[in-house]
Amino acid sequence: MAKLILSMDGLVLKEYALTKERTSVGRKPDNDIQIDNLAVSGDHAVIVTILNDSFLEDLDSTNGTLVNGQPVKKHFLQNNDIIELGKYRLKYVSEQTGQATTADFEKTMMLRPGAMKAGMAAAAVAAPAASQSTVVGDTTVDQGPALATHSAAAPAPAPVPAERVGMLQILTGGNAGREMELTKSLTTLGKPGVQVAVITRRPQGYFITHVEGAQFPVLNGKTLDAQAHALDDHAVIELAGVKMEFFFKA
Amino acid sequence: MNLEQALEIVSATDPGMVRSHNEDSVACDAAMGLVVLADGMGGYNAGEVASGMATTVIVTEMRPVLERYTPLEGDIRTVPSPAQKLLRDHIARANTAIYQASQRQPQYSGMGTTLVVALFHDDKMSVAHIGDSRLYRMRSDEFSQVTKDHSLLQQQIDSGLITPEQARFSANKNLVTRALGIDPAVEPEIHDYDTRVGDVYLLCSDGLCDMVSDEDIGMALQTLGANLNLCAQQLVQMANDNGGRDNVSVILVKILHNYAVPRGFLSKFFRWLK
Repeated sequence: MAKLILSMDGLVLKEYALTKERTSVGRKPDNDIQIDNLAVSGDHAVIVTILNDSFLEDLDSTNGTLVNGQPVKKHFLQNNDIIELGKYRLKYVSEQTGQATTADFEKTMMLRPGAMKAGMAAAAVAAPAASQSTVVGDTTVDQGPALATHSAAAPAPAPVPAERVGMLQILTGGNAGREMELTKSLTTLGKPGVQVAVITRRPQGYFITHVEGAQFPVLNGKTLDAQAHALDDHAVIELAGVKMEFFFKA
Repeated sequence: MNLEQALEIVSATDPGMVRSHNEDSVACDAAMGLVVLADGMGGYNAGEVASGMATTVIVTEMRPVLERYTPLEGDIRTVPSPAQKLLRDHIARANTAIYQASQRQPQYSGMGTTLVVALFHDDKMSVAHIGDSRLYRMRSDEFSQVTKDHSLLQQQIDSGLITPEQARFSANKNLVTRALGIDPAVEPEIHDYDTRVGDVYLLCSDGLCDMVSDEDIGMALQTLGANLNLCAQQLVQMANDNGGRDNVSVILVKILHNYAVPRGFLSKFFRWLK
């Protein structure tokens, strides 16, 4: 269960669990999170929770709402986001891992109409142009509890770049002297249709692999086979008649 | 020109870095112009059973039908096309098989699978899908997603609640709204598309698109399109390098030649008009 921790001037005042589809925040007493302060509007903001995701929406409040220092109208809450309303802070803490192991995290699961209804009802309120939800029959398969133990989201991982950036310098031919930084995960070399090799950038380092052509690339004087080969600092590659040196940027 | 000469097909499937089992299943038959990919779900090893049944039933039962099939004059412009009917019927059979198995065996209860099938015929491709396994196309350096996921996240994107960029951070990933084998009947989404020589199609399970950005997938297809085996290996490797938190499967189909079915004067005329 995700939660919000209310604090002011660094002092924790209260914790609120996000159990409902709509958690309202404001000065009026009918709000789920009531903040009795003139800088906070009567109906200041609302947090819409759809299964494991929570969205913050400012309800045209007088002084506005900030998240991590930026004014927002609507914001998709991420773990440890700080919401500011006047002098008050609400820290968003997403669901803890608890039971679910990492292995469960990426499991594809079927979403049943029952579990869906709460989520889509909240979505329908938040976005009037909601599309029709597909109802897949009436049979109840007990997927509910399994959905609830979904662990906190990790952002889609960016590839961890090799600590050192690889460079290529052309040694012979018309482009001799030219240098190229190998920042992308894939860099192709050579002439399509004649001879092509690819340098892949992986967490473990850089590798060269033959892609097409009758001739295979030559690495440090040795002709390669179809397998990928690691590129060490100052490796010399020969491809399509051109020699080039691979080295790590200082 | 038979299909085997017109299409280059390569597939790869990998359990990934975290899972002990591979519950994905892939099947390709170049002679039939048929490729199938399924990502199973369910407790214990039920996912493996469900996805395996899906690919086996579809390929095995479609084979005799496709071998006998001769296109008729009237095929042009019929909606839905015979290929679509064929896919719909055989997907229904696979659904029944999986559903009945899940009813009979307690350990398979509730098992299901996603599905993405492509049937290549007559310079066209009929694509059927259920769930969040996808089909992408690379055509002249333009990379695009052809199928639309049947998932909670896609519905949220469609209703404007969330942007595709935000969707990558959602904790509601992997919740599908349709699956094969979960209910007595299922509605697959089926469309026909024209194909061109040089096109490269990618079918994949979410183990790929959840771990690798569309940009990187497109780059792999673009740079390694000349070597499909290497391309498939590269895609799996990228998914694993980024964490490999799920089984990852890919099928790559490259259109090498036209494979239009020769017909009488009327159909030749219609094709010329296209």
